[in-house]
Amino acid sequence: MDKSVAIELKNITKTFGSVCANKNVCLTARRGEILAILGENGSGKTTLMNMISGIYFPDSGSIFVNGEEVVIRSPKDAFDLKIGMIHQHFKLVDLFTATENIILGLKEEKGFNIKRSAARITEITDLYGFELEPNKKIYDMSVSEKQTVEIVKVLYRGADILILDEPTAVLTPQETEKLFNVLRRMRDDGKAIIIITHKLNEVMEISDRVAVLRKGEYIATLDTDKTTENELTEMMVGKKVNLNITRTEPKNSEVRLEVNNLDCMNRDGIKLLDNVSFDVKSGEILGVAGIAGSGQRELLEAIAGLQRFQSGDVLYHNPNTGDVESLRDKTPIQIRELGVRLSFVPEDRLGMGLIGNMDIVDNMMLRSYRKGKTMFLQRKEPKDLAEHIINDLQVVTPSSATPVRRLSGGNIQKVLVGREIASSPTVLMAAYPVRGLDVNSSYTIYNLLNKQKEKGVAVIFVGEDLDVLIELCDRILVIANGRIAGIVDGRTAVKEEIGMLMTKNGRGEENE
Amino acid sequence: MELICGFIQRAILQGTPLLYGATGEILTEKSGNLNLGIPGIMYIGAISGVVGGFVYQTNAATVVTLWAILIPLICCLAGSLLTSLIYCFLTITLRANQNVTGLAITTFGVGVGNFFGGSLIKIIKSDVPYLSLTKIAKAYKITLPFAEDMGPIGKAIFSYGFMVYLAIIIAVAVSVFLKRTRAGLHLRSVGENPATADAAGINVTRHKYFATSIGGMIAGLGGLFYIMDYSNGIWSNNGFGDRGWLAIAIVIFATWKPLVAIVGSYLFGALYILFNYINVPIQFLPLIQMLPYIVTIVVLVAVSMRKKRENQPPASLGLSYFREER
Repeated sequence: MDKSVAIELKNITKTFGSVCANKNVCLTARRGEILAILGENGSGKTTLMNMISGIYFPDSGSIFVNGEEVVIRSPKDAFDLKIGMIHQHFKLVDLFTATENIILGLKEEKGFNIKRSAARITEITDLYGFELEPNKKIYDMSVSEKQTVEIVKVLYRGADILILDEPTAVLTPQETEKLFNVLRRMRDDGKAIIIITHKLNEVMEISDRVAVLRKGEYIATLDTDKTTENELTEMMVGKKVNLNITRTEPKNSEVRLEVNNLDCMNRDGIKLLDNVSFDVKSGEILGVAGIAGSGQRELLEAIAGLQRFQSGDVLYHNPNTGDVESLRDKTPIQIRELGVRLSFVPEDRLGMGLIGNMDIVDNMMLRSYRKGKTMFLQRKEPKDLAEHIINDLQVVTPSSATPVRRLSGGNIQKVLVGREIASSPTVLMAAYPVRGLDVNSSYTIYNLLNKQKEKGVAVIFVGEDLDVLIELCDRILVIANGRIAGIVDGRTAVKEEIGMLMTKNGRGEENE
Repeated sequence: MELICGFIQRAILQGTPLLYGATGEILTEKSGNLNLGIPGIMYIGAISGVVGGFVYQTNAATVVTLWAILIPLICCLAGSLLTSLIYCFLTITLRANQNVTGLAITTFGVGVGNFFGGSLIKIIKSDVPYLSLTKIAKAYKITLPFAEDMGPIGKAIFSYGFMVYLAIIIAVAVSVFLKRTRAGLHLRSVGENPATADAAGINVTRHKYFATSIGGMIAGLGGLFYIMDYSNGIWSNNGFGDRGWLAIAIVIFATWKPLVAIVGSYLFGALYILFNYINVPIQFLPLIQMLPYIVTIVVLVAVSMRKKRENQPPASLGLSYFREER
């Protein structure tokens, strides 16, 4: 079979501000071959592919398509080079049929004829074995069908280099299997396919070759059949870094929170949490590690009472009364009053917990407004609290009356975490509290968490950086695909072990 | 029989300005622009036509039918286009809030209409508070020559000036455009999901500008029809009343379908004049006049309860589109 080089990247570098997303990346994709690009979160996989599909423009380096150097400045340039990218987030008009979505924006010479377009779509789907009804509306479709529409859309436009960004993230195992069959057929048809993923078992299953990225750097490209999962994990996570975070031994530790057999489904019936059981002890930091979107958010929200769960229970051991209480039927406010506090820092940082246009004092009041005795607000207490947080956590702000959105990201997060800590919680859940922070601010937050731990608070820390988790946490719970892949001791854990657990396909256990 | 056919005839005449307004607003809303300036644009369309007709009637030695129709028509289109462009510039280019801008345009349009209308009435030193363009109106009211001999049923179908039929033709054309053409598909995608349309290479700004401007021009014709045909060429300040708002209500009633808007407009027209045909004590008259609005509310409730996706407003209706905010 023709295995000519379809696309070649040479020394591609891309920086965003001071962050280097891609550094001297070299990559080759051939026709009739599936290339997997493997890396952790934030290792620059998607950035790299966005440069091929024209969304970003590389700072330096060159791209060759079919042996000729090309400049890709816009998605249209990529189109013209027959490069098609299927993004994680679908771009479809819900109210339209599959056909209408596929031909959207095209200027076909033959004129406008839905039936003819639908016939061509059927040709394509028959050729590669897709299952797609051209006249079905998008809002009636499952996620996998929507993905099919996106892929057919790209093929309809004549693409022969296909890039798929984490295509299996939203699919069930059966759907994944179907997708892989289609991809194999397209490969045999002579198309070059690049698939971005962080799931090792899928890399082993589908790809012919695999390229590994780590923190924006290109590590190597290997033939899939000549490598092992262990070797790939090592390349992916790299060597351990010493961070020097002080970790004290847990004192007087007793069970504070028990999670039993928690099941949680989203509206489409896809399991977000699957039989999750663990406990959290007072005076310890329980780390939660996992690929983004593996169910961390749902887990914390289920504990805080914000997410309904189908079965299972959350038991709270009240330190004041000694009672064991179920949080299942409690409202979020009742749960908060028991001292279970959640500070969640979402990707856009401001989305949850703080209101950008309000000042620090008002944001403090968001948690205490119910305590007022009269109909008028009492600003004295929250103002003291705000001043207290500003001094203690060294929040850089002109005054406590400055709107929160004008603060820098680090200071916003200090305010958010500080507010939850100020209520002297018994369980503190901090999700991504150091997201986007520089090193110094991060250490301030780690110290805050450590202080809470010394006070006997049960801390749950959801983090992205494995090195930090290993240095900071007493125990690390690894979550993969909504299941607990394992709980390891922070003192003895090694990165490779956690990396392996994170990428374990929680639903495919019967195959192991 | 005579009574029923007369009623139908009056209802169709009453409904036609509403149909123009509703068709224009449907086209506009399909691009995601909620143009609440439609009542104002209809006012401006009317007064532009009146000014054009007035200038022609007072300066021409003899009134030629063709010019009597064309001059007000072109003035009307130009006036409503200009007003729509103000709305477009504010909401699409400057991304101003669509509701506020629309309401401002309505206030502005009514004011402009009354100002120029009032001035014209002053200029001719009229004793009564209205301006009469009977010669122009005559041209607009030319019917098919055989209409008079058709009996009551034929009269109910054929006895109108050309603008009644034009309204139906435009509504059907807009329906075909939206459903059956590539440009219509692109326009609908802009109103549903502009980010997707943008990614597919469709020029969102241009589609919004075109749809809103053309929609405004269609609506403006409704104002012109009201003066030249329905009112026999007589302008009086505030004479157009609340018909612009009814037109917007019909858009919802028709669930954004121009063909349903045809039926809806005539139905609303019938409800509008119903009080002339039934005997109710004078103190209950306002209750009958409320009917069109009650029907709108009932339809709104019914549509939102059925939750059929096709009957919902365009998904990005009322939202400005920023490319960077994806």
